Amino acid sequence: MEKLKSIDDLLILQNRLVAHRDPRIPIIVIPAGTCGQASGANDLIRIAKRELLAKELTDKIHLRITGCHGFCQVEPSVVVEPFGTFYPKVGLKDMVRIIEAVAKGEIIEDFLFVDQETGKPIEKQSHIPFFKRQVRTLLSLNEKVDPIRIFDYIENGGYLPLVKVLSNGNPHWVVEEVKASGLRGRGGAGFPTGLKWELLAKRTSSNCRFLVCNGDEGDPGAYMDRSLLEGNPHSIIEGMIIGAYGTGATEGVIYVRNEYPLAIKHLTIALRQAKELGLLGEDILGTGVNFDIKLVRGAGAFVCGEETALMRSIEGKIGEPCQRPPFPVQKGINGKPTAINNVETWANIPIIIGVGAQEFSKMGTKKNSGTKIFSLVGKIKNTGLVEVPMGITIDEIVNDIGGGPVGKSKIKAVQTGGPSGGCIPAKMFDMAIDYETLTQAGSIMGSGGMIVMDENTCMVDIAKYFMNFLKDESCGKCFTCRKGTQRMYEILDDISMGKGTLGSLDLLEELANTVKGTTLCGLGQTAPNPVLSTLRYFRNEYLEHIVHKRCPSGVCKELITYSINENCTGCQLCQRACSSEAITGKKKELHRIDPGKCIKCGACKSVCKFNAVDVR
Amino acid sequence: MVTLYINGLEVSVEEGTTLLEASRFFGFPIPTLCHMDGLSPYGACRLCVVEIVEGSNAKLVTSCTYPVTAGLHVRTGSTRVVKARKMILELLLASCPQSKTIQDLASAYEVRQQRFKQEYEDCILCGRCVRMCQEQMAAKAIGFRGRGEKRSLGAPFDLHSEECRLCGACMYVCPACQLRCTYTEPDQPICGGCANLSPPCLEKEPFDDMMCYMVPCVACEIRKD
Repeated sequence: MEKLKSIDDLLILQNRLVAHRDPRIPIIVIPAGTCGQASGANDLIRIAKRELLAKELTDKIHLRITGCHGFCQVEPSVVVEPFGTFYPKVGLKDMVRIIEAVAKGEIIEDFLFVDQETGKPIEKQSHIPFFKRQVRTLLSLNEKVDPIRIFDYIENGGYLPLVKVLSNGNPHWVVEEVKASGLRGRGGAGFPTGLKWELLAKRTSSNCRFLVCNGDEGDPGAYMDRSLLEGNPHSIIEGMIIGAYGTGATEGVIYVRNEYPLAIKHLTIALRQAKELGLLGEDILGTGVNFDIKLVRGAGAFVCGEETALMRSIEGKIGEPCQRPPFPVQKGINGKPTAINNVETWANIPIIIGVGAQEFSKMGTKKNSGTKIFSLVGKIKNTGLVEVPMGITIDEIVNDIGGGPVGKSKIKAVQTGGPSGGCIPAKMFDMAIDYETLTQAGSIMGSGGMIVMDENTCMVDIAKYFMNFLKDESCGKCFTCRKGTQRMYEILDDISMGKGTLGSLDLLEELANTVKGTTLCGLGQTAPNPVLSTLRYFRNEYLEHIVHKRCPSGVCKELITYSINENCTGCQLCQRACSSEAITGKKKELHRIDPGKCIKCGACKSVCKFNAVDVR
Repeated sequence: MVTLYINGLEVSVEEGTTLLEASRFFGFPIPTLCHMDGLSPYGACRLCVVEIVEGSNAKLVTSCTYPVTAGLHVRTGSTRVVKARKMILELLLASCPQSKTIQDLASAYEVRQQRFKQEYEDCILCGRCVRMCQEQMAAKAIGFRGRGEKRSLGAPFDLHSEECRLCGACMYVCPACQLRCTYTEPDQPICGGCANLSPPCLEKEPFDDMMCYMVPCVACEIRKD
């Protein structure tokens, strides 16, 4: 790769790349993010490559390996461009047929996505209900760009916002533009990004200023940042270069957790390519701007996503939050002024500069502009990443995009914001999603995890699960957080075993409020949210556990019994599935479960075809 | 000089002072465990919380780490503060009931019950010893390990560190293990034996392997006679 020496060089390169593109050649796009690879995308890629070589089609059909497109439920999928034909759940043998069809210019009707409501096949990816309702400004490039090829990104208009910024020549304009866009930090707290940058830009007395990209995404069930890092690392790098120009920062750090090997791989390649092209390092594009980014891998502590702990981790110390003030902008990494933004925030920057602050602020609501990516998981038909404008209601996400509940059970609640978030009951689903409304409802925006729960989810069990996570992941510095989460877990465990009393509910609430008020960092202050929000909206479930010693959802093992009802045909399936030999009964006779031997694993219920196993 | 209001009193203190130092200087007592003059503030025990700002934005912060800021309204003994301290003391009693310091604090704040599962730990992980070793003894022989409930204190790999000079400073500064109480009933950690001057160890066998740090110990003095 030849180093670009000026802004014009980049524009010439971009023009050449666009001119080189032949829109008539079909492209087979295989999403191979972590989710795609886990469901077998690597095998598809291998077969596709082999077929294309064997049939000598390499000039006629192109292959593009990209990051996750968002619809993780139907991975491994294949998209055929330019039309955008979408094939979900592609098997190994199907791949061969798809390539044959593409070579002939045909579409295989049998493989298309079938809309479950109308029963009709849908051809185009963008027409599928899951994609139709989304506004994909960030994720759309995930389909267009091979993350390990910088030319793909440049061809699709990447680094043009950087050109706009550099040719404008006024760093102050960049900060004003980001301020005017109304972009708020996507990490969860929602601090205005432009304001943070302005504070950093003012610290001119320091000879070295840091920009940090926080990619320590640790919420269970959330993976928005991973998809961006894997699928489009250059947008984050570009955002950081623009930020560096605006704030005068010279050092950049991208902090990614080590559990994201693919993201680290793609980022490493992207950083190397950007450096080789002269987009990073000294004298960027001949404008005299110096900025370099290094990659730091996190060692797996959830608390390191908190900004002060993250800075200490970058310094090589124990990841432990410290007191703010002094804020990172005043005293950050190695005592130098530092601005820390989330991955998604950085990815938004090129878009803001590209379309202009005015245009950007039209998306979403007045105080919450732009789009937000949510990872929609749990008991719902369509799981995956959804990008929607802020201010959309939960109902639209869960029922319109998510397709509603699986099977006949009703959706009970949605848990937003990861382990520190709260549960919002179904009756409040007409609530708009923005920072303020969610906080008012006792939850948080968080990084954007959204776990859908139906009637088979016990709220006590959910609170217990998150408390178990938090008691392990609290850094342990604050006594109230370390002991508080542990004690809350103990009380919840007691309640789930039927040992709770009404007094323990009061104690739980009192303790939760103390932990909320007296801890240092965001982790501790939000740790009681799962408990407080479930207590607020689902108190009757707690009471059911305490007073009647039963679990209405049939989850808490100590409080339920399995039995077989009249529906039993005596097929003996459950008998074979039972690992503890608790089921007796002859063939074609009613079976019964010995409660003494039953370990309540639920294996019998899951194999029974006649709905004959009851849980009470 | 920075002017702020502590419990309504307008005071001026030097910039860089913490709320704890300022409050104590003007005669408002604040209980602490992890704080020690001469060591850097850490904010682990959370006992020193005070309420700052008024109205709906009021929040609790640890006074030992929070710097004084101009015009700040600080309340060192509001209902919210006392309630939080009581809960913290209850948690402390549930974990380390043997510490005389904790018992005294609990009784001063009228904590009469402990509703959690009783544990008998020695350490509250306040980090005084770690800071002492690092900052005053320049040894860095001990430190924290792990996180969450598995966090513990010790030398690397639990081996005797060559950095350790056996100076004993870590033990000297420990707020939890000095003045270890010898309560009579393990299930009722607040016996009040010390308050009513009938030392319980008089009737009991002296502690086996545990040293009594009560100086001067009434019981021992009586036995000497």
